[in-house]
Amino acid sequence: MLALLIAALLAGGLLAWMAGRVKPLYARLVSLASLAAAAALWAVTFALNISSLGKGQFISGFKAAWIPQIGVNIHFAADGLSMAFVALTIVLGVVAVFSSWSEIEERTGFFHFNLMWVLAGVAGVFLSFDMFLFYFFWEMMLIPMYFLIAVWGHEKKTYASIKFFIFTQASGLLMLMSILALFYFHGRATGNFTFDYFTLLADKAKPYFGAGTAFIVMLGFFTAFAVKLPAFPFHSWLPDAHTEAPTAGSIVLAGLLLKTGGYGLIRFVLPFFPDASARFAPVALALGVAGVLYGAVLAFAQQDLKRLIADTSISHMGFVLIGIYALNPVALNGAFIEMIAHGISTGMLFFIAGTLAGRVGTRDMSRMSKAANGLPLWSVMPRLGSVGIIFALASMGLPGTGNFVGEFLALLGAFASSPVIAITGSLGLIAATAYSLRMIRKAFFEGSKPTEPAGVRITDFNAREAAVSAVMILAIVWLGVYPQPVINTAGPVLARLIPTSASAAPGRQAGYIPGGGAVQPCHNFTKCSLKTTPSGFAAVFGKGTKWAPGN
Amino acid sequence: MAPVSIDNGLMVAWALFVLGFIGVLVRRDLVFVLMSIEVMLNAAGLAFILAGAKWGKPDGQVMFIFILATAAAEVALGLGLVLRFHHKFKTLDTDAASKMRG
Amino acid sequence: MENLFFLIPALPILGFIALALFGRRMSAGAIRTMGVGSIGFSLLCALASAGQFLNAFQAGRPWVQTLWQWFAVPGLAVSVSLKLDSLSLIMALVVVFVSFLIHVYSAWYMDGDEEYGRFFAWMNLFTGAMLTLVLAGDILLLYLGWEGVGLCSYLLIGFWYKEPANARAAIKAFIVTRVGDTAFLIGLFLIALKTGTLDIAQASTSIGAMKASGLPTLIAMLLLGGAVGKSAQLPLQTWLPDAMAGPTPVSALIHAATMVTAGVYLIARMNAFFVLSPVAMEAVAAIGALTLFLAAVSALFQTDIKRMLAYSTMSQIGYMFLGLGVGAWSASLFHFMTHAFFKALLFMSAGVIIKAMHEEHDIFKIRKKLLSGTAFPVPPIAFWSFLTGGAALAALPFITSGAYSKDMIISGAWTSGHVWVWALALAGSFLTGLYTFRVFFTVFAGTGQSVYSFGGKRNLLVLIPLAVLSVFSVVAGYIKSNIIPFLGMVLPAVAPVKGEPFIVYIAPMLLPLIGIALAWLLYSPRAKATALKAWAEAAPLSGFFLRGWDFDRLYDFLIIRPYKFAGRLIQTDPVDLIYSLIAVISGLFHFVLGTSQTGKIRLYAALIGIGTAIIITWAVLF
Repeated sequence: MLALLIAALLAGGLLAWMAGRVKPLYARLVSLASLAAAAALWAVTFALNISSLGKGQFISGFKAAWIPQIGVNIHFAADGLSMAFVALTIVLGVVAVFSSWSEIEERTGFFHFNLMWVLAGVAGVFLSFDMFLFYFFWEMMLIPMYFLIAVWGHEKKTYASIKFFIFTQASGLLMLMSILALFYFHGRATGNFTFDYFTLLADKAKPYFGAGTAFIVMLGFFTAFAVKLPAFPFHSWLPDAHTEAPTAGSIVLAGLLLKTGGYGLIRFVLPFFPDASARFAPVALALGVAGVLYGAVLAFAQQDLKRLIADTSISHMGFVLIGIYALNPVALNGAFIEMIAHGISTGMLFFIAGTLAGRVGTRDMSRMSKAANGLPLWSVMPRLGSVGIIFALASMGLPGTGNFVGEFLALLGAFASSPVIAITGSLGLIAATAYSLRMIRKAFFEGSKPTEPAGVRITDFNAREAAVSAVMILAIVWLGVYPQPVINTAGPVLARLIPTSASAAPGRQAGYIPGGGAVQPCHNFTKCSLKTTPSGFAAVFGKGTKWAPGN
Repeated sequence: MAPVSIDNGLMVAWALFVLGFIGVLVRRDLVFVLMSIEVMLNAAGLAFILAGAKWGKPDGQVMFIFILATAAAEVALGLGLVLRFHHKFKTLDTDAASKMRG
Repeated sequence: MENLFFLIPALPILGFIALALFGRRMSAGAIRTMGVGSIGFSLLCALASAGQFLNAFQAGRPWVQTLWQWFAVPGLAVSVSLKLDSLSLIMALVVVFVSFLIHVYSAWYMDGDEEYGRFFAWMNLFTGAMLTLVLAGDILLLYLGWEGVGLCSYLLIGFWYKEPANARAAIKAFIVTRVGDTAFLIGLFLIALKTGTLDIAQASTSIGAMKASGLPTLIAMLLLGGAVGKSAQLPLQTWLPDAMAGPTPVSALIHAATMVTAGVYLIARMNAFFVLSPVAMEAVAAIGALTLFLAAVSALFQTDIKRMLAYSTMSQIGYMFLGLGVGAWSASLFHFMTHAFFKALLFMSAGVIIKAMHEEHDIFKIRKKLLSGTAFPVPPIAFWSFLTGGAALAALPFITSGAYSKDMIISGAWTSGHVWVWALALAGSFLTGLYTFRVFFTVFAGTGQSVYSFGGKRNLLVLIPLAVLSVFSVVAGYIKSNIIPFLGMVLPAVAPVKGEPFIVYIAPMLLPLIGIALAWLLYSPRAKATALKAWAEAAPLSGFFLRGWDFDRLYDFLIIRPYKFAGRLIQTDPVDLIYSLIAVISGLFHFVLGTSQTGKIRLYAALIGIGTAIIITWAVLF
């Protein structure tokens, strides 16, 4: 089933290429059909395994030997976490196809080929449980993405596409080395040379490398995922790539490719390297906060609508990093919800930015109203404006949208680990208000001096765009007011992936981060807090405040 | 006839090689460059024959035949290139073909 | 009704959804029916609930309704649950009642606006969010309503978006309150972490067991941070005067029914946290006292009629905070109720005047227009309503409701031993009389009855709300003896620590009268004390007070400019320079190595020769 799902997307891409040679419309229809097939396969898989998913078990999928000599298998499997992300992939795939409906006129077939293969690569990343296969898909999603930016992008497309490729490729190589190190050390210790995820994970009990080595290998994984996420100092590829990509490319980049980074951290780094992650957590938390604030200030200063939205992604992904490295189930659930909600909200913001820029002919917010002959855009396109406002509000984490649930849980969990981090991160919510409101005002509510007697006639959302928006609004509100089904799908998996306190061996805590302790993983966050780090409560509130002993 | 001492023979081969090399470096005419390369090849061939004689093995002569074949192929290709070269640049000056500078 | 009281917030929200989806295609009449009707039905539900709840009055049992599980993660489960007890019942009734009258009034005020539907959609959402806030049984749901109120204030203040100043005021309102909200959110984290629940009742119970620790203080201070933001108290008060940019019904809604009273409600609702912390209580009282005084002084210098009302609201909310801080909990909520009536009345009558004067806000220009007869005539109801509302605001003793509630707060300050707070409250009481009647006399005195007559259509839509609220502004004070014990079922009572001598008893009644008398002397047409008036208007600090003690400039200098500067500083992302540097270094290598590629075949041959020679030499020698 799972292999078929990926195959459907791959085949859909090839067919779309061929169909596009006949007529561009056929390429779009073929893409939609293959996405529908994938959706059907997903739904059947989900329905058949709903009980085991609820318990956090794996659905075993396709497994076959690929290169048996070195223990490489083709192994697809899924649990609740994977299934949720694959669902997001399919949904955003549909949005991406619709967003390019009237935007991509040239080489439509090849465009859809690339789009579908990126989606297949992303789905492959979420479903692969062989490290070699994982790496294969990890690289496979880059190349079509590169083409999407380089061929159909905007003014600085060459620069942006090469930058994107170098960043992700270089960090991917670090991960390859880490995968090989994992393979080698595991093989040397157990005599079983394999890339199988489950074997590698199961043998963690008999540690096949020392703490120092583990830390370095962990860093390799972390760098690759942090670049993709992107975490603070590695973020600079993102604004360029998102700004220059065509709308569908931006949607897939922001909605899906960034999520592979978060997924990787949760799926590989936390369970493989519990001790190293706990030791590294203070740094990761600090990077997360830096990303939250830096991205927010950066977004506030932009004139280019797409670049502004891209910068907000840096800020949001900071919350994800905080949620992951707070190392407790509350925060991790928050990071997960935040990723899904961000996929929807930012994907839709790019959808809006793309359709808006297509109508007014510029991405510069202060020049947008020129196309409407100086009138604020709200007065000529209220439907587009309403949808834009709703998703901008989601982006600032307004309660009632999924983003709020994600950010609330992530920060709440982080508060249990490190109040300083949570409080500083909360400031990001104020900054988010500033950039969101500025964006709404600049894009929709601000007019300019009328320039020419007759402006271009601007049209509001058509039925197709309005339908896509309506579905996505329902999705983000549903995540905001009743996210429990989504939490139930992935929650048990997330709880299992958090390192247990026992494995984060005490006594090896100090060391790698000068001046910083480790974050203690914990499974019941009300019980574990406040015995965390030296930089915990006492450091913030002083010794004068007496705390009730762990209620 | 007294056998030629191997040292003397190698000295001759070395001299031939250096002369050929200097020819490659200083002549600008492509035909002369090719001829100089021939001289260098032959110097190498001479060295092989000497070595074969010294160790009493046929390998040196085998190598010389290889070199002959290589030299023949080189001349055949080289002259063809010279013709194309002249056709394109209207000269045989090697420095004219410097399009591959960085 | 016990299972149906969720309809009270649900109906306005449904009204919002319907208007948002179809408002563009509906006729003005349909929009009016839909927008006002949803609030009307909500009011009926609230009244029905109240009736049934009061039948079981003796039991005092709150109604709790859990609608659905919001989310549950290991260690924390949050549900969407509503709770109706005497506090939330009073609050909800006042909110929905005043909101209903404002909606009726808006149907007249906004008639003919090109975006009538959008206005009613957002007004409905505003009321729905406030009712959610009030009826929430879970702090996180309360927070949802809290943010929803902030959002709607943003949308409605900037309703007339074509004016850039309105958009700025709207953004300011949202961001400033969001600063407070963030403090509130951090308070939520602490509550969730230390009590393991966000249910208000459960959290209140378990915090009670932590008397000895500093935790309640910390939480209470953080909640207070949220409250001062929404309620426009020091130091987050600056958004309120600018919020006057919105249409007048919006101002009425923000000041009377929704939004600014949310902070008062939050503190009252979370009283379990505050009573454990004397420090936090003192802070609440101090903030209230300072704000009421500062705002009253500023109100004295305003020329814009709506800004005067805005500062008066700030000042009155200051009284409520003061009351909460000194332990006069029920009195504060009572003052909230009377304030809701008379402030809505004042805004609506001011709206009638403003509309008649073609959107003229300046009191001196309004007077000039009235005298010269260049404007629409002002309906007499506006005059009488403004007088009634003003009298209630100034707390004219015995006859107005404002006097009953405010005097309770002031005497609460004295009997609990907060002398300097009491003194500030008294000063504010005098100033209230002065500034209210300064405006009243300036606008109306001596203009004569001839200019008053009613023009325009749909008169009833104005007359009914104004008449009803005028009545309530007077009679609401007489139910004091019923409402205080009713609220006391939920709110704590504090025993007085000292008695009340006669002068303390009589002072809050006399001071407003003195203020009004002084206003007459200064601002009536036959004013005697013109010299004093001229001195006051030209006082060196008048500009400073006019601008609300220059908090805006301070924050602009301390926060906004540095933030914008930081934005400009990193606009092009300095971190990217690191990567650009790597690219430049690679380019440098490219240049150096590229230069050696001359394309000269003889040079290459020479280099090959030299290289070979070096390698052979090296191999032979070493």
